[in-house]
Amino acid sequence: MNRLSIIGLVIVIIFVLVAIFAPWIAHYDVGATNLAMRYMPPSAAHWFGTDSTGRDIFSRVVFGARISLEVGVIVVLVSAFIGTLIGAIAGFYSGWVDSILSGYIFNVFLAFPGLLLAIALVAFLGAGLNKLIFALCIIGWVGYARLIRAQVLKVREYDFVQAARALGAGDFRILFVHILPNAIQPLIVQASLGMAGAVLSEASLSFLGLGVPPPAPSWGVMIEEARDLSTLQAAPHALIFPGVAIALTVLAFNFIGDGLREYLDPRQRRR
Amino acid sequence: MKHKLLGLLRRIGLLVLVVWTVVSLVTILIELVPGDPAVAVLGEQATAEQLAQFRTKHGLDRPSFFFGFPADEHGQRHFQWYGLKNRYDDYWIAILHGDLGTSFRTDQPVFNLILERYPATIELALAAMLVAVAIAIPLGVMAGKNRGTMIDNALSVFALVGISLPGFVIGPMLVYIFAVKLGWLAPSGRFDWSDIILPAVTLGAALSAILTRMVRSSVIEELGEGYVRTARAKGLSERAVVYKHVLKNGLIPVVTVLGLQLGILLAGAIITEKIFGWPGLGLLLVEDGIGKRDYSIVQGCVLAISTTYIVANTLTDMLYRWLDPRIRVS
Repeated sequence: MNRLSIIGLVIVIIFVLVAIFAPWIAHYDVGATNLAMRYMPPSAAHWFGTDSTGRDIFSRVVFGARISLEVGVIVVLVSAFIGTLIGAIAGFYSGWVDSILSGYIFNVFLAFPGLLLAIALVAFLGAGLNKLIFALCIIGWVGYARLIRAQVLKVREYDFVQAARALGAGDFRILFVHILPNAIQPLIVQASLGMAGAVLSEASLSFLGLGVPPPAPSWGVMIEEARDLSTLQAAPHALIFPGVAIALTVLAFNFIGDGLREYLDPRQRRR
Repeated sequence: MKHKLLGLLRRIGLLVLVVWTVVSLVTILIELVPGDPAVAVLGEQATAEQLAQFRTKHGLDRPSFFFGFPADEHGQRHFQWYGLKNRYDDYWIAILHGDLGTSFRTDQPVFNLILERYPATIELALAAMLVAVAIAIPLGVMAGKNRGTMIDNALSVFALVGISLPGFVIGPMLVYIFAVKLGWLAPSGRFDWSDIILPAVTLGAALSAILTRMVRSSVIEELGEGYVRTARAKGLSERAVVYKHVLKNGLIPVVTVLGLQLGILLAGAIITEKIFGWPGLGLLLVEDGIGKRDYSIVQGCVLAISTTYIVANTLTDMLYRWLDPRIRVS
């Protein structure tokens, strides 16, 4: 593991701990407005200052980690599961099954810019956390499916797979017991980059007003609320802290993904 | 030759199939609206007459597809064939006539609204690409030439930071620095030539980071090739070797990434346009479409953006094949 991925890992661990222990870390109610205390700069009482309605930004950033983590974990787990299943079937059966799946279905999903499809789905379904997660899974699974398909295509030619077949193992057993365990290693790279993507997409959709509805402390919502000119003038910290939180989280997952990729692919290590 | 022709036909066939599916998906998006779209647009206070009029005007009174499974009075669902008088069929006939329906709010033709906004988005996407290339080529070459050194590591970290900083964080920060604090540029709008600078930098930042990495690994790969040794042996300066020989070959994969990224730029433009009030397709989609629940505008914008993306990808692929004969053979 290189140095950057260790930095990434440390940031991610902090992020997860903050998300889990949010109620003990944050010392203000995330929704409590106090107009007398609006636009306060960072201080001992309000570490990250207060926003345009006097809410404590530190507490909101802390609870925002919860939303990001929840969305990220669910989206990655569900899309990885669906993607692995479909990719494995496409790679294992090849022939017309593969032509339909990878030749057609994958291409249709890749034909939309991912974020646009998510925006379109949520625009019609209506905003909300569950719908946002659903939309992100719809755009997310293809990446995993393509990866697993390529892996399965490679692994199924190995001798031990032929040996298993010669011993009379059925398709199901060969695919799930012999091929998949040997094919899913690169999935972890994709999952790490997928966490970065999901956190970013959640914030983007919330920023556009399509994610978690406003009083909730999503980082994207906080940035949207902090970017009007009067708030920028009076309290730039209302923009900076959630912005740094998003950037650090995404950066950390990218560091880990990059490090893992280098580790798993010796050709890249030499470069 | 025959082989090539078959390959081209296959690609065109796939393209047609994908476009057909994308259009079909966009037409059925309106089925996802919870409840009645007419009520969603007109509100609960609308009279039955107003609702009926609205449905007739926008074809919402027709069945959505060729067949359906409507429930009868006992709640049982049965297959029913509706024939050609359905919305899916209408939508296709209209599209082939260049008609994307009319706005649910203002009755303006959606096609004209899109045509009006399209140039601003393309202008922004191209400007963002220009920014990205202008940053990425020198930085990528510098990192590739000095592989493994401090410079290389610093540039790699810079590139990862660039990828991780989303537009909606960079954009408002740029507004804060250049509009609020320094007062050099306008915070939003599209009136003066300088108004494009901040949106283009915001949109191009992530792409410049991706491209820097691409240029770097391309340069490293090409520097190991035999022709570089030859060029050096005949006494060319290092500068000429890198910029005349290495870059020329090394830019081929970069061109592909650039083309594939156009879609990400178009999607990213939605957010950038919202930040800077840039009157392109993204702003039309977000403010007039999603903001006012004008579903026909949303459908039109999604269709326009994804079609642009598909066409750009196909052209990139063809350009890539043409640029690099080695791919043509395989």
